[in-house]
Amino acid sequence: MIINHPLLGQRDSSEFTYLGDAKLIERPDPDSETATHDFYKYAYLRDNPAGWHKELWFHEAGDRSWLVVTRNTLTHEISKVEMARDVAREKGRRR
Amino acid sequence: MIQKNRLEGGQIDTATLLKFKFDGKSYVGHEGDTLASALLANGVRLMGRSFKYHRPRGVLSAGSEEPNALVQLRSGARQEPNTRATTAELFDGLVAKSQNRFGSLRFDAMAINDRFSNFLTAGFYYKTFMWPKTFWEKVYEPIIRKAAGLGSLSLLDDPDVYDKGFLYCNLLIIGAGPAGLMAALTAGRSGANVILADEDFTFGGRLNSETFSIGDDSSAVWAAEAVAELSSFPNVRLMVRTTIIGAFDHGIYGAVERVSDHVAIPDAGKPRQIMWRIYTQRTVLAAGAIERPIAFENNDRPGIMLGSAIRTYANRFAVAVDKSVAIFTNNDDGHRTAADLHAKGLKIAAVVDVRANAPLSMDFEVLQGQVINTKGRLGLTFVDVKLSDGTIRTLDIGALGMSGGWNPNVHMTCHQRGRPRWNESLAAFVPGDTLPNGMIVAGAANGDMSTAGALHGGAQAARVVLGLKGSMPKLPTAEDAPIRLTPFWYVEGCSRAWLDQQNDVTVKDVKLSHQEGFRSVEHLKRYTTLGMSTDQGKTSNMGGLAIMAELAGKTIPEVGTTIFRPPYTPTAIGALAGRNRGQDFHPKRLTPSHKWALEQGAVFVEVGNWMRAQWFQKDGETHWRESVDREVLATRSSVGVCDVTTLGKVDVQGMDAANFLNKIYCNGFAKLAVGKTRYGLMLREDGIALDDGTAGRLANDHFIVTTTTANALPVYRHMEFVRQCLFPDMDVQLISTTEAWAQYAIAGPNSRNLLEKIIDQDVSNGAFPFMSCANITICNGLRARLFRISFSGELAFEIAVPTAYGDALIRKIMEAGAEFDVTPYGTEALGVMRIEKGHATGNELNGTTSALNLGMERMVSEAKDSIGSILSRRKGMNRADALFQMGVKPLDLSDDVPAGSHLMNADGPVDAAHDQGYVTSACYSPNLGHAIGLAFIKNGSNRIGEKMRLVSPLTGVDVAVEIVSPHFIDPQGERLRA
Amino acid sequence: MHNLQTITALGGKTPRIDVFDHITIIENDSVALASVTARMGREAGCYKVLQKLLGVVPETGRAVLHNTETGFYMGLDQWMLTAPRVSHELIADQLKKLFGDNASVTEQSGAWVCLDIIGRAMPDMCERLCAVPVRQMVAGDVQRTVIHKMGCFVIRCMANDQLRILGPRSTAATLHHALMTAATSTA
Repeated sequence: MIINHPLLGQRDSSEFTYLGDAKLIERPDPDSETATHDFYKYAYLRDNPAGWHKELWFHEAGDRSWLVVTRNTLTHEISKVEMARDVAREKGRRR
Repeated sequence: MIQKNRLEGGQIDTATLLKFKFDGKSYVGHEGDTLASALLANGVRLMGRSFKYHRPRGVLSAGSEEPNALVQLRSGARQEPNTRATTAELFDGLVAKSQNRFGSLRFDAMAINDRFSNFLTAGFYYKTFMWPKTFWEKVYEPIIRKAAGLGSLSLLDDPDVYDKGFLYCNLLIIGAGPAGLMAALTAGRSGANVILADEDFTFGGRLNSETFSIGDDSSAVWAAEAVAELSSFPNVRLMVRTTIIGAFDHGIYGAVERVSDHVAIPDAGKPRQIMWRIYTQRTVLAAGAIERPIAFENNDRPGIMLGSAIRTYANRFAVAVDKSVAIFTNNDDGHRTAADLHAKGLKIAAVVDVRANAPLSMDFEVLQGQVINTKGRLGLTFVDVKLSDGTIRTLDIGALGMSGGWNPNVHMTCHQRGRPRWNESLAAFVPGDTLPNGMIVAGAANGDMSTAGALHGGAQAARVVLGLKGSMPKLPTAEDAPIRLTPFWYVEGCSRAWLDQQNDVTVKDVKLSHQEGFRSVEHLKRYTTLGMSTDQGKTSNMGGLAIMAELAGKTIPEVGTTIFRPPYTPTAIGALAGRNRGQDFHPKRLTPSHKWALEQGAVFVEVGNWMRAQWFQKDGETHWRESVDREVLATRSSVGVCDVTTLGKVDVQGMDAANFLNKIYCNGFAKLAVGKTRYGLMLREDGIALDDGTAGRLANDHFIVTTTTANALPVYRHMEFVRQCLFPDMDVQLISTTEAWAQYAIAGPNSRNLLEKIIDQDVSNGAFPFMSCANITICNGLRARLFRISFSGELAFEIAVPTAYGDALIRKIMEAGAEFDVTPYGTEALGVMRIEKGHATGNELNGTTSALNLGMERMVSEAKDSIGSILSRRKGMNRADALFQMGVKPLDLSDDVPAGSHLMNADGPVDAAHDQGYVTSACYSPNLGHAIGLAFIKNGSNRIGEKMRLVSPLTGVDVAVEIVSPHFIDPQGERLRA
Repeated sequence: MHNLQTITALGGKTPRIDVFDHITIIENDSVALASVTARMGREAGCYKVLQKLLGVVPETGRAVLHNTETGFYMGLDQWMLTAPRVSHELIADQLKKLFGDNASVTEQSGAWVCLDIIGRAMPDMCERLCAVPVRQMVAGDVQRTVIHKMGCFVIRCMANDQLRILGPRSTAATLHHALMTAATSTA
C-alpha cells in the first residue's frame, strides 16, 4: 500500500507501523465520575468495520509522525490522510 | 548429434551450438532455443510423467502456461525442480532430468496407478481420511508422500543470491507483444517514463511466432525494429525475462527479473533473480491470450499439443514436432496453424474441425468431425476421428494440434477483487469493469485478437492513460482476421479426457465431483484439484467450468471463475527473501565495544538485533557457568564492567518535559530535582506494565529516559503517540539517542575507586550520592554523562560518552581498573545479579503483569493522571489473591528451580485448577551457592516461609521450595548507597 | 585535553573506502551532527536562527547543502544540522547557544554512520537498496526510508552522481555490507 503523507507525499506502507482505531486519540477524562467505565470502553472496545475505518499509523521509518488514515478495509482504498496531532487538536485535546 | 526435427529459418542462431543433457543423454540445440524446443528438435517428445497416474507426458504449450513439461533443471545445489522446459532458455552445459518417475522415464513403475485410476478419482485424498485412522498413518500417508510431489529439492543451500529492487514509472506496460510494443512506442515518444516488461527472453510476443507481415516487414522484424526504437529512448526501461507476478494495492506491481537463469552459473556477485517492486501511476496490461485445448479420450499423449504451440515451434524455433501433423479445432485459428505448418513442408494429415461451415483449403484436407481417441504408449501414433457421417477414420500422425479458441490473459485484472466478464463471440472471459486503479487493458488480453486490433488497442491505451493530446499515430497495416469460433469443450462420451494434465484431472472427475454435490466452482477446484497445480489452470480451468455449467444447467458466466491470485507464475522463495536470509536475515547492531569484546573472547547473544556479550570466556573455562560465576563473584567482590549501550535512550526536552514524564510514568517526575535520576514504571492504558527504566533530569527542561533494550522501539512509538495524539499542545520534543552514546555500567565495591581515576569531577558519596546524574568530563575534558544507578545491587555507576569514543573508553576502564582486577561481564552475569537483587526485567514485565504484581502498586501515583493509572486501580487487578513477585529457593539446596515451572501447595492436587503461580526467572547464585528464582505467587507477600511444590509435569520437575523475599542480596540496599 | 581516540562507525582507525569501476563507497567520518527541534510557540525564533545559519530554512523533504555547514529536514519543525567534526566537535553546545530556548538541540554525532556513494551506477545501486525514486530526485532532496530494515536518510547531493546515506551507527557493518552487495550486483 501507499500512504499519501500530508507532508511527505506518497510513501510505501512498509515505512509505517500500524496501531489501530483512531478513536484511541479520544482518551477519556480521568477526572470524570464515570472514568473507570469510560477507560474500560476506551481500552477494550473497538469497532471492526468492513468498510471505511479511521486508523492510526506511525511513520516509524520516516518523520516519526502519527497519522490518521481513513482506509477502506475491504478495498484498501485510502480517502484521507491527516496528521494525528491536528486531529487531536480538532477534538479539543491540548496539554 | 543430428537434430532430426530441425527445420530451416526461425529465430535461432544455428551458428551457435549449445550442448545439453536430458536424463543423461547428450543433445545439441541453438542460441534462442528453449529446453522444450531443443528437445523437440532432437525428436524427444516424452518429457515427464503425470502427477497421479504417472502417464507419459510431453510438452503441451510453448510458454509459461505449460502444465506438463516440468523438469528438474541443473544439478547439485542449483538443482531446481518443476521448471517448465518451455520457458527454460537453453545454455551450453544445461543438465535436466525428467521427474515424477520411478525407474526410467520410458518405464515408470508407478504407471500402475493408471490401472487403478478408479481409486484415484476426484477427492481421493480426502476420502482416505475417512478410512480407519491406522490406515491413514500406516498405509496412505507414506504412499502418498512418496508418490506425490513433482521434482525433488537438493536439500543444499542455494548458492545464488537474489536481489530486491524498487522502480518508479509513469506507465508500466505488461507484455511486449503487438499491443505492448505499440503502447510503449506511443508512450515513449511522448516522453513519459515507461517500463516495458515481458516474461520472454525476446520481445515481440506472438509476433515472433507468426508468419504474417506488419507494414512491409515480417511481424518479427517489425517487433525487432520497435525494440530498437524503444532502446533509443532514455525514458523507456526495457525489461526482458521479467514476469509481472501481481497487481497490488495503489499501483504497486511485483516483478521477477530472471537475471541469470539463462546462464549456467551467475557471474560473481550477480543475482540469479531480482524481485522488483514497481511503483507506477498507470498500467497497460497487454498480457496476450492463451490458447485452450479440447478434451477428448486420451488427449494427454506426448505429441498432442496446443495448435499455436506447434506453430510457435515451427515458426520461431524452426522445429517440427513431427513430420506428420493433424489439427483438431473449433475455430479458424487451427487452420492458420495448418497453413503455416504446410508452408514449412510438414505433412498435414487433416484438419479436423467440429464446425459444419469450416473453411476449406487447397493444401490440406479438412474433415468435419471430432477426435474420439488416440494411441501410442510413449507418444502419439494414431488418432481416431469420428466424421460427421458417423464413420471412423484413423490418422497416422506424430503430432496433433488442439485449437479450442483463445482465453485473454485477464489474470492481473482480477488481483484487486475484479471479476472478468463473459464474451459470447470469443466464448471466453475478458476483463471486467472493475480493474485495478490506473490499469487499462489492450490487445488480445482485452479480447482484441487480431494484430491490427492489438496495435490499435496498444496505441489507444497509452494515449488514454497518459492523457495524450493530438491525433492517433498512423499505424502500419496488419492482419485483421475476424474471430470465427463455435464453442466446443469436450467430445461427447469421453471420460479419461484430461482437463488439467498436471494434476491429472479428467472430465470424469469433474462429473464425479458434481455428482457428489460440489456445486461451487471453488469447491470443484479444491475437491478435484483442477487448476491447483503450478500452472494454476491456465489451460485447464475453462474446460472444467464449461463442463460444470453444462451439468448444472447454467451458463459459464453463471458458474463464474475461481479467484485469480498472485503470483502469475511460480515464484522462487529465494526471490521473495532477497538478501534477507541466513546471516543477513536482519541487521546486526554492534555496540561500540564489539571489537574489544571479540578480543576478550566474548560469546555473543542476539538481543533484539543487538549482538551483546553473553559472557567472556577465559582460558581454561570449559562451561559457560564457570565464566558467569567468575564474572558475578568478581563484580560483587571488587568491580565489573558491562556494555549497556543497548538500553533505549530518549532525549526529552521542552518546557513541558516534566509534565510529559508524569503522563508516561505511573510514578511522579515533576518534582525530580535537576541532577537526579529516578526509576520509572510505564503502564499501558489497561494498567499492565509496559516497560521500566530510569529518567535523569539534566536541566529543568531536559530529561534522559532509558528503556529496556528490547522495548526501545515500541516505547519510543508509545511516547510519540502520547505526545502527538493525546497531549498535542505540550511543549515537549523527543528524539532517540540510543545510537548516540556508548554506555558502560561499572559495578562493585571498587567502582568508585576505578572511576575516580578517569573522571575529572568529584564522585564521592557526598558529592554524587545514589541516584545522581550529571554532565561531566573524563580523561581531561571529554564530555560524558554519569548516572549513579545500579541494576546489580552493588555500588554502581553508568557512564556514557559519544559513541565514537566507546572503544577508547572501555579500554581506558580496563586499564584504570587493572589494579582492582576489573572484570568485564556479559548479559548472563547481569541476569544473575539482577535476580539475586530481585530486580524485574522482561521475564517479569511480560505483558500480563501489573504494578501490583510487581510489588510496585504504591508507585502508581493517585495525585496525578498518568497512562494506565485509572485501569490499574480496577477491582480485578487488585484481588486479594493477586500474584506477587517473590523469591523461591529449593529446600534441598542441590535442587534446581527451572523457570517456567509452576507452584503448587505442598499438600493438595497438582493441576491447573490449583495453580499458585509460576517461576519467571531462575539462575544459580554463586554468592549463595544454590539455585534461586523469582516467581509470581498468589497472595505471595503473605506467604514468606511457606513450603510449596515447584512442578513441571511436562519436564518431570517436582521440587520442594520455600517462598522467600525476592531480594536475595543486600535487602536493605546498603551496598548501592555506599 | 583528553587523549581518547575515536574509531569510525565501521570500526577502523581511519574511514573505509571501497572503489569499484562503476562506484565508490566512502565512509565519511568527518561530520558532526545535531538535531534541532523548534519549541512549541517559539517556531519563528527557531526559523530565524536556521536562516542565519543556513541562509534558508530547509523545506519539507529538502536539504541545504553548503560546503561545510548543511542542514536537512527530519520531520515537522525538526532538522539535522551538520558541520565538519574538526571544528564542531561540540556542535550541540554551539548550536544550543545560538538557539537558546527557541529549540531543543540534541547531539547526534555518534548516532549515525555516513556513507557516500559516488559514481555512474549510483542510481542503479540505489534502486537495489530502497524505495526512493532516485532518478526523479534533484540535488538537495532528502528522504528517510528503510534499507534492509534499517531506517536511513537518503540525500541526493550536489554532484549528480553522488548519494549520501545516513544509517544507524550500530548497523554500520550491515549497511555497508548491503551497499557492497548492491555494488557488486550492479557492476
